[in-house]
Amino acid sequence: MPTYTFTVNGKKTTVDAPADLAMLWVLRDKLGITGPKFGCGINVCKACTSHLNGKAFNPCVTPVSECADKNVTTIEGLAEGDELHPVQQAWLDQDVAECGYCQPGQIMAAVDLLKRNPNPSDADIEAIENVCRCGTYFRIREAIKQAARDLARG
Amino acid sequence: MAEETRDQAGIGRRRLLTYLVAAPTLTVAARWGLGAEAAHAAIPSSPRPSELYDVGDLYKQACEPTKNLVLLEVAQDGDAWLWLHRMEVGQGITTACAMLVAEELDLPLSRVHVPMRDADPALLYNQLTGGSTAMRTVYDPIRQAAAEARARMVAAAAHQWDIAAEQLSTRDGMVVADDGRTATYASLAVAAADPGLSPTGVTPKSAAEFRVIGKPAGRIDARKMVTGQLEYTLDLNVVPDAKPCLVHRPPTIQGRPLRVRNDAEVRAMPGVIDIAVIKTGVAILAETFGQAWDAKKVLRVDWSAGTVDGLSNEDIFAKLEAATVPLAVPGGLLDTIDAEFRFAPVSHAPLETNSAIADVRRDHAEIWSGLQTPIFAQQVIAEELGLPQDAVKVHVVQSGGAFGRRLFHDGAMEAARASKAFGKPVKLMWTRVDDMRHGRMRGPSFHRVRATLAAGQVASYEHRITQTKTDFSHGLGELITAKLSAGAGNYTYAQSFFNMMVECPYNFGVVTEVLHEPEDIILNTAAWRSVYSAMVRGAEELVVDQIAARLGKDAYKFRREYLKHENVRAVLDKVALEGRWGRTMPRGHAQGIALHVEHRSSCAFLVEIDATDPRRPRVYRATIAADVGRPINPLGIEAQMISGLTDGISSTLRAGLHIRDGLPLEGSYSQSHFARQKDSPRDVKVFVMPPSREEPGGVGELPVPAAVGAIACAYARATGTWPRHFPINFEVDFDPFPTD
Repeated sequence: MPTYTFTVNGKKTTVDAPADLAMLWVLRDKLGITGPKFGCGINVCKACTSHLNGKAFNPCVTPVSECADKNVTTIEGLAEGDELHPVQQAWLDQDVAECGYCQPGQIMAAVDLLKRNPNPSDADIEAIENVCRCGTYFRIREAIKQAARDLARG
Repeated sequence: MAEETRDQAGIGRRRLLTYLVAAPTLTVAARWGLGAEAAHAAIPSSPRPSELYDVGDLYKQACEPTKNLVLLEVAQDGDAWLWLHRMEVGQGITTACAMLVAEELDLPLSRVHVPMRDADPALLYNQLTGGSTAMRTVYDPIRQAAAEARARMVAAAAHQWDIAAEQLSTRDGMVVADDGRTATYASLAVAAADPGLSPTGVTPKSAAEFRVIGKPAGRIDARKMVTGQLEYTLDLNVVPDAKPCLVHRPPTIQGRPLRVRNDAEVRAMPGVIDIAVIKTGVAILAETFGQAWDAKKVLRVDWSAGTVDGLSNEDIFAKLEAATVPLAVPGGLLDTIDAEFRFAPVSHAPLETNSAIADVRRDHAEIWSGLQTPIFAQQVIAEELGLPQDAVKVHVVQSGGAFGRRLFHDGAMEAARASKAFGKPVKLMWTRVDDMRHGRMRGPSFHRVRATLAAGQVASYEHRITQTKTDFSHGLGELITAKLSAGAGNYTYAQSFFNMMVECPYNFGVVTEVLHEPEDIILNTAAWRSVYSAMVRGAEELVVDQIAARLGKDAYKFRREYLKHENVRAVLDKVALEGRWGRTMPRGHAQGIALHVEHRSSCAFLVEIDATDPRRPRVYRATIAADVGRPINPLGIEAQMISGLTDGISSTLRAGLHIRDGLPLEGSYSQSHFARQKDSPRDVKVFVMPPSREEPGGVGELPVPAAVGAIACAYARATGTWPRHFPINFEVDFDPFPTD
């Protein structure tokens, strides 16, 4: 079985895995990193959204081989120690989460959006397709707007 | 006698239940709210059964004998731990319950922890989460338990300092003496547990003393959620050698596996550990879910026929229509408004699919899963495994949504079967396709409505609903059967449930609402958030608009005039005012207004829709008001209203299941169109009304029927049509996934 080395949340990691094994299962089943959630397996619900070299990606449809020698960041790697990322803090301030299952993916998608677009419009926010079955969308929207303001203030 | 030996637990419960329902009819007489008002000019309707006695009342009675079995501990660090006998699925009850404890114990909210309690048969009926009953049933018992804990802290300090308890008070997790001395709960925790103490003043606070209850509080588990630390079932590492397990499923609903055709081929695949035929399919055990999934695609299995082979939505609707109980008032003679509605089936589709960890050994078993009825799960899983009930330990795990789905334990039962078959612990997961096609759903329903107008009034309102059988076998159904002292099957308790839930809130003269659930269409069903009310009341609100139009009245003023209860008028007035009812709207846009009364609560929705393209309508603004009796956490109530709004958008406009030849075509969120951010309003305002009663009403299911009604009415007004089929835009706009 081939071996792949990549960095996960700042830690260099090597796994034995078939080349086509989806990164979601490498993270969850082999490495015990469970922040990225399974919701569909076909990049529709986007509950697994994480970052690959700083950009949003969906580990459920990304083979481990594509992650070799790259930086993977999951929700667990977003905060700096005890200090939450401004998007996480906005999520707390707006009391966004209900069941919480989609929220790691929502947050990682929002962080990616704000990196690309520090001042997103409503339409920009609506381009995020992550499913929230509890329907917390309005608070997600408000949290992204708050985070944009907070990040702008520095 | 033989029966008694066979099923000790069951018989015991029944006896208790007989006592329960025979004795206290006292709550039945208590009329909710302010009573029927002088009915303006409308023809008053007699109270509906649910106005006098609803599902929450029934469940409260069922919990009465064990209501004090609250597991509350003050640990040696002074923190409080409440092992909650209800399940958190996103509705925010752990936060609300933590607030009750914080209030009565005078402890900061951050120092109250609320894990789920394991299945505990001693609780009898008192461990079911559903029907928006949680806060109604635990409000008094948890406050009482926390008040007792506080009194014990005071008594321990009084003893320690040798002063009268009356000279002591509590704040911030400390006992404080008049003379300024303080003792933390941490320092008193051991002494306070002394059975010899006789605490005084164990009465919970009066509402005037509340400092926590009624104030907005963020979710206590939010930080864990946003950092990825909150562990759902499959995130747990409680059985390190439990391996990933998927189940390959039949091509039609409730088909059963007969034979695996390519056993050797699948076993030879990388990562595959074992395969086994279980009742519902073929279980695959592998090193990773990815490898189990690959094997699932390759497996070839012979299946028995399912329960609805060859049937599609259209056939089912035709059967439902044919089985509909006739209307009483004849048509054609009087001034009537007739309407028929069809609501397609819809999946609960919680984002976390059915899942469980099971470790089944020869003489004991241990299960972890999200379970709304864990005692029931424990009973039937033990029976299935041939183990005594107390040899099966069932842990309840907070889950990623439920919407009624986790009233049943389908994942846990399969995990138990698979673990037994493999002789190994398993982590079992349903794929999304499994979940949508073989998971439970709200069954399709057909509705026939006739409103009769006479002398400018509504003289009668008849509603007949025929729905495929809703599975209530999870426990509460048994309560109702016992209440009726009859074994008349699902039909009887479905109708009883219906009567205890659905309430026409208007004075429409003679009101009859009759449910029929034919037995011969077997789907995988479970109550879906708001059960019958989303459809029955949603359709009713649309008819209300139609009646108002016929009588030449404004939809808001008409509702106001015909409402039975004054406190409901208040929420209606609130949204009309705050949402600027009646303002001029652009062409193709419209407002819709609707309300709902249930669970001893009421709410009103005013939405604005852009239906310029009727096939792509967008709800872009919503104003919501809710009167929930005693609000515990306004922020949580607001969240439930927003969430209910989204469910209304999904189920009214686009989300559903097309059953085609015995199987739903939909297999993911790309096919069953639950709302996304782009479908969600940019402007939402929620008003939580001030306390209207001492006790809390139900919240979780309350908003859905009003949301459905308001959205349907807005769509109707914007497009000049009267929608009759829901969801309104429901094409098969995708290529279904293959079945094998």
